[in-house]
Amino acid sequence: MPRTSKRTDAAASVSDAHVVVVGAGMVAHRFVESLRSRDPEGRWRVTVIGEEDRHPYDRVSLTSYFAGASADDLALQRSILDEDDRVRFIRGDAVARIDREARRVTTESGVSTAYDTLVLATGSYAAKLTVDGFDLTGCFVYRTLDDVEALRTFVDRRSVELGRPLRGTVIGGGLLGLEAAGALQGLDVRCTVVQSSDKLMSAQLDTRGADSLRRLIESRGIAVRTGSVTTRLDPDVRGNVRGLEFREGDYADTDVVVFTVGVRPRDQLARAAGVDVHPRGGVIIDAGCTTSDPRILAIGEVANFDGRAVGLVAPGYAMAEVAATRLLGSEATFPGYDDSTKLKLNGVDVASFGDAFAQTPGALDVVYADPVAGVYKKLVLSDDAKTLLGGILVGDASAYGMLRPLLGGPLGADPAAYLMPEVTGDALANAELPDEALVCSCNSVTAGTIRCAVTDEGCTDVAGVKACTRAGAACGSCLPLVKKLVGTELARSGATLSTALCEHFTHSRAQLFDAVRVSGLGTFSAIIDRFGTGRGCDICKPVLASILSSLGHGHVLDGENATLQDTNDHVMANIQKDGSYSVVPRIAGGEITPEGLLVIGQVAKDFGLYTKITGGQRIDMFGARLEQLPEIWKRLVDAGFESGHAYGKSLRTVKSCVGSTWCRYGVQDSVGMAVQLELRYRGLRSPHKIKLGVSGCARECAEARGKDVGVIATEAGWNMYVGGNGGFTPRHAVLFAEGLDDAGLLQAIDRVLMYYIRTADRLQRTAPWLEDMGGGVEALRAVVFDDSLGIVEDLDAAMAQHVDAYEDEWKATLADPEKLRRFASFVNAPTTADPSLAYTSERGQARPATAQERENPRVLIAGTTLAVRR
Amino acid sequence: MTALQNLTATAARPRQSPTDPLRRPLTLWVRLCAMTDLERERGLAALIDHEQVALFRTHDDRIHAVQQLDPYSGAHVMSRGIVGTKGDAPTVASPMYKQVFDLRTGSCLDAQGEDARGLQVWPIAVDANGDVFIEWKAT
Repeated sequence: MPRTSKRTDAAASVSDAHVVVVGAGMVAHRFVESLRSRDPEGRWRVTVIGEEDRHPYDRVSLTSYFAGASADDLALQRSILDEDDRVRFIRGDAVARIDREARRVTTESGVSTAYDTLVLATGSYAAKLTVDGFDLTGCFVYRTLDDVEALRTFVDRRSVELGRPLRGTVIGGGLLGLEAAGALQGLDVRCTVVQSSDKLMSAQLDTRGADSLRRLIESRGIAVRTGSVTTRLDPDVRGNVRGLEFREGDYADTDVVVFTVGVRPRDQLARAAGVDVHPRGGVIIDAGCTTSDPRILAIGEVANFDGRAVGLVAPGYAMAEVAATRLLGSEATFPGYDDSTKLKLNGVDVASFGDAFAQTPGALDVVYADPVAGVYKKLVLSDDAKTLLGGILVGDASAYGMLRPLLGGPLGADPAAYLMPEVTGDALANAELPDEALVCSCNSVTAGTIRCAVTDEGCTDVAGVKACTRAGAACGSCLPLVKKLVGTELARSGATLSTALCEHFTHSRAQLFDAVRVSGLGTFSAIIDRFGTGRGCDICKPVLASILSSLGHGHVLDGENATLQDTNDHVMANIQKDGSYSVVPRIAGGEITPEGLLVIGQVAKDFGLYTKITGGQRIDMFGARLEQLPEIWKRLVDAGFESGHAYGKSLRTVKSCVGSTWCRYGVQDSVGMAVQLELRYRGLRSPHKIKLGVSGCARECAEARGKDVGVIATEAGWNMYVGGNGGFTPRHAVLFAEGLDDAGLLQAIDRVLMYYIRTADRLQRTAPWLEDMGGGVEALRAVVFDDSLGIVEDLDAAMAQHVDAYEDEWKATLADPEKLRRFASFVNAPTTADPSLAYTSERGQARPATAQERENPRVLIAGTTLAVRR
Repeated sequence: MTALQNLTATAARPRQSPTDPLRRPLTLWVRLCAMTDLERERGLAALIDHEQVALFRTHDDRIHAVQQLDPYSGAHVMSRGIVGTKGDAPTVASPMYKQVFDLRTGSCLDAQGEDARGLQVWPIAVDANGDVFIEWKAT
C-alpha cells in the first residue's frame, strides 16, 4: 500500500517546489489532502485550479441532493484547500493550455502559473447520444451539482406549466442511470429507464442478477425497457422535449430526458499539449501515474492505465495516494483497477466485486436465489472452491462488507454460510482475515494496518484506531469489523478493549447498573461523586437516566432526573429535523376504536400536524412545537390516550396480526396477547428500544421474528423467539421456547427483558447482546428456565415492581406545574413560536420547507402561524 | 460572566460610548429572566430582537449564553442539549447530531467527524436581585 511504502533516494529527485493540480474534484481533493498531511515541512506548494465555481464535493452522493442534502452538505472537507497557507485554490476558472517547454499552464481568464510538477485530475464529462434532438430543452446529463440543480429547477417549473406530474426517460441503464431514475421518481416524475443492451447494469451483473434487479426496480414503480435504442427526440412547439422514437419503431411521450450513457475522459488538454493519449480516450499513465511527460502525472477518471479509463472514485483515490507518495519521494505503484461497486438504489441493494462474471479458468459459481424476495447472490470461487474470486449480490448486499476483504484469499468458511439470508458477523469472526485484506475500502485500510495500530502504535480502542488509520472515518460501515479486529488484537496482547462508558465513568453499562443497584443511590450527583468524575456528558447521562428509571427511581422529569434525559425523553416527544416534535399516543397491539381514530384525527387537524402510520401499527403526528406539546397531550389524555414512548429507549410497540378473533387461520388470540404484553412492558426503560410481535399462526403476519421478542401461536401454545431486529443489521429472532401457556410466556419474557436491561451495553440491541453472551441462546435458556445464576427471583421482583409502579408519564406531567415549565418556547416569551419554522404543503399535508423553498416565499404555505383552532 | 458576577442593578443599563455620550449606545444589557427560572445543568431558549439565544446554568451556578441555532442541523435547538463537562470545560451536546461545544467560548470540542463549526457566545451578568442580563449589541 502506498501509505506504508519505503522511502527510496532514487524517487526523491522527482519532487520539487510547486505542484499545480488541474481539476478540483474528489480525486484532486484526495491528492492534496494526502500530499499535505504527510508533508509537515512544507516541501510542496500546491495550486489547485477547478473549473466549477464550487468547493470540491462528493459527486458519488449527488443523488442525495434530491433527498434534501444541500450543496454545502455535499462539500468535502473544506480546511484542506481553504485553510492551508501552502495551498492556493483557484475556482471558477479552467486551464486552457499547457506549455510543456516553459512548464506553465494558462487559464481561460489569462492567469499563467509555472509548475514543477503538473497533476491532471480533470475527470470525465458525461456523454450524450448523438441522436437528433439530444440538446432539446429538457434534456440533461447527470454529472455535476449544476446538472442536478438544473434538472430539479426544470422539473419544478415544467410540472407547474403542464399542471401534472411529468413523464421522464432515463437513457442508459447502468449504475448512474438507476440513480437518476430514483432521483426523478423523488421529484414525482413517472420514470422509464431505457437500456440499449439486454440487461441493467450490464458491466456489473450477470443475466440472473440483472433480472432480479429489474424486478426490484419495477416493483418500486420505475419502468424498464431493455434492448431498446433511441433513434430520435422530438420537440414541442416551444422547443421542449416531448417524445422519443425507438429503433423498434414505437414511440413514447416524455417531458424530461436524462442521459446516462457513460463518461468520457477529459483528455483534450493533454492531447493538445502532445502528451500521449490512448486511442479510446484517457491520458496514458504508468503504474506510478506518470504520463509520457515525466513532469506530468494524471490521476482519476482522466487517466488511462493498461488500456482502460474507469469512472469509479475508489481507483481514483488509489491513484491520488500513489501520486502524492511519489511526490514525497517514496515509491508506490497503482495496483490496477478494482471494479467493485456497491450501491443502494431506492432501497435496493446491489454489489458486484472481483471476477463477477467468472472469467477465471475453472472458476466455480455458488448461487443462492430467492425470486420471491428478489434476492440473487453469487460467489465466484477458484476451481478448488477455496479462494474467493468475486461475486454479485442483488436485493441483499449485507454480506458485501464481509466478503470484500476476503477477495483473493481463502474464504475460511462454507460459501453457503455467506449466502444464506441470515448471514451475520459470526461466519467472519471465525475466519481469520489475512493482513492484506482491505477492511475500509473508502480509505484503503487493510486488516494488517489496523492490527499494527494496536500492536505498534499503542491504540487501545476503536476511536484511537480510527484517528490513527482513518479506517471507518468515511462511511463507517466497516466499524463493526474494525471493532472485532481491535478486540481480537488487544486480547492477543493480553489487554482488553476498554469498556469504559465515557471519560466520566470507567465502568461498562452493566457494571454501572450493578453499582447503582447495590449502592441504592438515586441521584446523578450522588452517583457521579461516588463512582465517576466531572459532571457527565451526553453519553453517560442518558445511560444513568435509563438505569435509574429501570430501578424505579420515579418519573423521568422528577428533579435532577430531568437534566439527564436526551431531548426526546426530556419533552416526551421525538425531535425532528427542524426542531419540531412528533407525537405518538400508545395504540396497544395496533388495536384502536373508531372514536380513538376520530380524536387523533381531530387533534392533528386542529394543530395542523402531518400524520403518518408508523411501522409499529400506530399513528405519528409531526410538526408539534415545544410549547404545543402540553396542549396536545391534554386533549389526548382527556380522551383516554397515554404516552406511546416512541421517544424512549424503552418498549415501543407490540405488533400483532388480527389472530383467531377474525382470521380463518388464526389459532390463538394474538391481539389479546399483544395488548396484554404492551400494557405489561409499557414505559420499561432499556439499553436500546425494544419491540415485540405476536402472530396468531405460523403464517407470521406480524413479522414477530423481526422483533426483540417474537411470539408465534401454535395449536400447542406460544412459541417464543428472541434477538430479532430490523434496522441497520437485520436479524431474525431465534427459537427460545416452545408450547408455552400464557403465564409461562409472560414469565419467560419478564426474565429475558430484565436480564437484558441489567447486562447489555449502552445502545446494544438484543441481537448483538445475545451474540456476545458466552454460550448464546443456550446460556440464556439456562438463566431463565434453570436459574443457572440464581437471579430469577430478583428478575421477577424487578419486573413486578415495574408493572405496579407504572404511571402514564404525560398524565403525571400535565398534573405538575413544575414539570410543565419545561415546555416554554422561550424563557422571556413562553408561548411565542420558534420564528425559524416554515412549512409547505405536499400531498395535502404540511412538511418542513427546504432551504430552497424558504428563499422562494411563494411556495411557503405558512410560517409558524398554521391555522390552529382551539 | 466571571468578572460581572455581582453587578448591581444600576450597572444593568445601556453602556454609553466612551467618546461621544450622546451617540446611541453600542451595547445594551438586556434582562432575560430570573436566575431561578433556569434549572441547573439544563438549557432554556430566550428571544431578543427576533434572535434566539440558548441559556445554560451549570452546576456551579455560572450562566452561559450561546447561539440557539445548531450549526450542523440548521435547527434552533441548542438549548435542548445535554449539559456536561469535557475535561475542565463546561459543555453542551447538540440534541441533533451530538456535536459537543465549550459553553464558555462556543468552540466545537467534538465535531463527530465533521468540520469544526463554533457557536457565537454572549457575555452574561447576574445582578444582586438575581436577574440575568445579556450584553446585546444594538444593530
